[in-house]
Amino acid sequence: MTVASAAATASGAHEAHEHHHYTTTGLDHRKIAIWAFIGSECMLFASLISTYLVYKGRSVVGPFPHEAWTSPAGQVFKPILDIPVTSASTFVLLMSSLFMVLALAAVEGKGKPGYEGVLGSSKFWLLATALAGVTFLGFQAYEFTSFVHEGLTIRTNLFGTSFFTLTGFHGTHVAVGVLWLMTLLFIDMKRGLGPRDAIIVDICALYWHFVDVVWIAIFTLVYLIK
Amino acid sequence: MALTAATTAHASSASQSSEQTGLWSWLTTVDHKKIGILYLYTALFYLLVGGLEAVLIRTQLAKPNLSVVSAELYNQLFTMHGTTMVFLVVMPLSAAFFNYLIPLQIGARDVAFPRLNAFSYWVFALGGLFITLPIFFGMAPNGGWFGYAPLSGPTYSGGFNMDFWVLGLQILGISSLAAAFNFITTIINMRAPGMTLMRMPMFTWMSFVVQFLVILAFPVITAALFFLQFDRFFGTNFYEAQAGGDPLLWQHLFWVFGHPEVYILILPAFGLVSEVLPTHSRKPLFGYNVMAYSGIMIGFLGFGVWAHHMFAVGMGPVADSIFALTTMLIGLPTGVKIFNWIATMYGGSLRFPTSMKFAIGLIAMFTIGGISGVMHSSPPSDLQQTDTYFIVAHFHYVLYGGAMMGIFAGIYHYFPKITGRLMNEKIGTWQFWLNFIGLNLTFFPMHFSGMLGMPRRIYTYDAGQGWDLFNMMSTVGTYMLLVAGLLFAYNFFRSKKHGAVAGNDPWGAPTLEWSIPSPPPEYNFAQIPEVTSRYPLWDLKAPEKMAGIEHSHADAMTITDAHAVPVHEETERRTAKELGIPIPFPTVKPFMVALGIIITFSGLIVLHAGKFPLAMAMMIGGGAFMVGSLYAWLTSPLE
Repeated sequence: MTVASAAATASGAHEAHEHHHYTTTGLDHRKIAIWAFIGSECMLFASLISTYLVYKGRSVVGPFPHEAWTSPAGQVFKPILDIPVTSASTFVLLMSSLFMVLALAAVEGKGKPGYEGVLGSSKFWLLATALAGVTFLGFQAYEFTSFVHEGLTIRTNLFGTSFFTLTGFHGTHVAVGVLWLMTLLFIDMKRGLGPRDAIIVDICALYWHFVDVVWIAIFTLVYLIK
Repeated sequence: MALTAATTAHASSASQSSEQTGLWSWLTTVDHKKIGILYLYTALFYLLVGGLEAVLIRTQLAKPNLSVVSAELYNQLFTMHGTTMVFLVVMPLSAAFFNYLIPLQIGARDVAFPRLNAFSYWVFALGGLFITLPIFFGMAPNGGWFGYAPLSGPTYSGGFNMDFWVLGLQILGISSLAAAFNFITTIINMRAPGMTLMRMPMFTWMSFVVQFLVILAFPVITAALFFLQFDRFFGTNFYEAQAGGDPLLWQHLFWVFGHPEVYILILPAFGLVSEVLPTHSRKPLFGYNVMAYSGIMIGFLGFGVWAHHMFAVGMGPVADSIFALTTMLIGLPTGVKIFNWIATMYGGSLRFPTSMKFAIGLIAMFTIGGISGVMHSSPPSDLQQTDTYFIVAHFHYVLYGGAMMGIFAGIYHYFPKITGRLMNEKIGTWQFWLNFIGLNLTFFPMHFSGMLGMPRRIYTYDAGQGWDLFNMMSTVGTYMLLVAGLLFAYNFFRSKKHGAVAGNDPWGAPTLEWSIPSPPPEYNFAQIPEVTSRYPLWDLKAPEKMAGIEHSHADAMTITDAHAVPVHEETERRTAKELGIPIPFPTVKPFMVALGIIITFSGLIVLHAGKFPLAMAMMIGGGAFMVGSLYAWLTSPLE
């Protein structure tokens, strides 16, 4: 009776894993689908990143990412990219992956020895991951605003066009991830996430780590390499 | 008398299998079979639309200097003919078969994500309307189905025409991607016990390869379309030459998608004839393993040949040579398939129902298209042929002679499974020969008009260039194809009502989908079968055909699923409730999410029209409706 009502409550939020259907690989369908999705996303970011690289150094007018530029009217634009600030936001995003790992571990290990206190608090780590994501987005909003103030918009030149598109797409992915994490946090607060829910946290974690890895590529190729 | 009794029995059982009918049941269905049927009807409707566009094009070109349609309308017609046939006919017809057949062929009760499946269909159906309806307002896309930027950019294609194309293709891409994630998961994870990868029916194999092509190729055009969308709507510089933008960027991105897309169109048809040929040769598929591997090889090489569409842009000898080489290389696995089909028929006891005629038609016609393909894999030869009717001849031989012939073979073969009745063979034979002669009469002369220098995409031409006769032949052929199409429609609807009752397995076919009643009950398999070989039904009914085919030992069988039983024929029709099989609830939420997406995208068109407040309301409202419906969907139980 209790079990049935618990299952009924649980199915309110997420359904299929209650029944433990037979699957060929023994894996949950969602795990396979998210890997296929990530494979697909790799091609999207590969296209965006290659376009940025192909257009590197081909802008007809400035401002430029790594060099100062004097406009025909005599106005001086300093190099646009601010590596120290972006290093800080990169660090925050990398840390969020660590929090995500701890969040999944807390969900999987709930009630097991070694998962007492903060280590066992999936709510804490989900919140920490989401907040790190929001912080990264805050940095990006600051970065975009200051670039516009310095005279670089998405229409200014090829650099602006390809830079804002690439990092904007990444930022959108982070925002979707934050929304996903907040949803998980909401479910956790409402009914508590336990080992049986690991899959729904697991697929979110895979997405989050992927978005993180993409940022490592973008940070290296766009910011660090001149 | 007996026949009447059987018909009545059939009719009552058919109504039992799909308890609900009516518009609401179709809007809310999550049954892969009903979704497959929706795809089939929608795509056949667009086949008529795309076909009529072709008839108008050919009427305009029948003689020199005609003015049946204006140059502007002609641009819209050839753009929409290509776009419709690729994205609204061949891909969704393949999707109809993916939906209907994959779960049946692997012994599953549905796809992995039934509601996502309904979502894919509704995005496709609404996206199809989005891109098709503007033609009634003279606003249809007019920059070619390939949408080359900068031509399709804001500078050279102002107005709304290409807006509809850019946004329409984005919408259709969502549908294809969602379906591909679903089918990959289904094929990897929902095979019946004993159904190893190397025992999967060849159609499922080819579909499997296609889904990987979709998930890897579509994101590339998604990115390219986003760039074009940003150029058109937000004034970015991706394809603006004045700002330093590269006019070849679009071509590269488009063809990195576009060439795999060619295999997305043809491989499902290859899969279908690989089911038809062994069945009617009454002999196992020759070289099954090589057939599967060559499909993978085609998919893999398909990503390395894109620039052969661009020899004329001057990439230089090194790039030209590399892409010439990879293009010639991809002819090998394709040739392997042709020879394996011929070897499948060799020594078989052949039957020639309509499906078999179309399957053999595919082998012959695709080979002609394949040979002309090898001709322009060589850059010097291609420079003579590119942008002429020779190319038009080539890709119609592979897409009409190949993909469409394969799909017709598939429809005649699987119609009895889907409807419970056989299609009329006499009309079918007429349709086949009209199609066969019509397609050769239409497309073979294009080789000559092309070689004589007639360029593609021109809306009229002067007399005295040696093109007149060939163009008239092509036009006459097109009208034959129209008649063939109407015959098909007549046969389809007539047979649906009056065709002979089919039973489980009218063809003596070897794979699982034929072990269950036609049309299948909503749960497909009352008991999940345990599979021990590649052709489970021939094990049961024609073991003499199975010499040399590998089996798992009966004692080594480990039945992993408590509900699995050895392969058997199911004749009894009971409801899912009686059998205690959980069936997903019908739901309208996937449709609502799809609707939200369409409203959001339409907002961009309104934005372009300068109505800012309305545009914002549509985009924000549509987006909120989409997200809200999505949350409602994800928080409601599946079954």
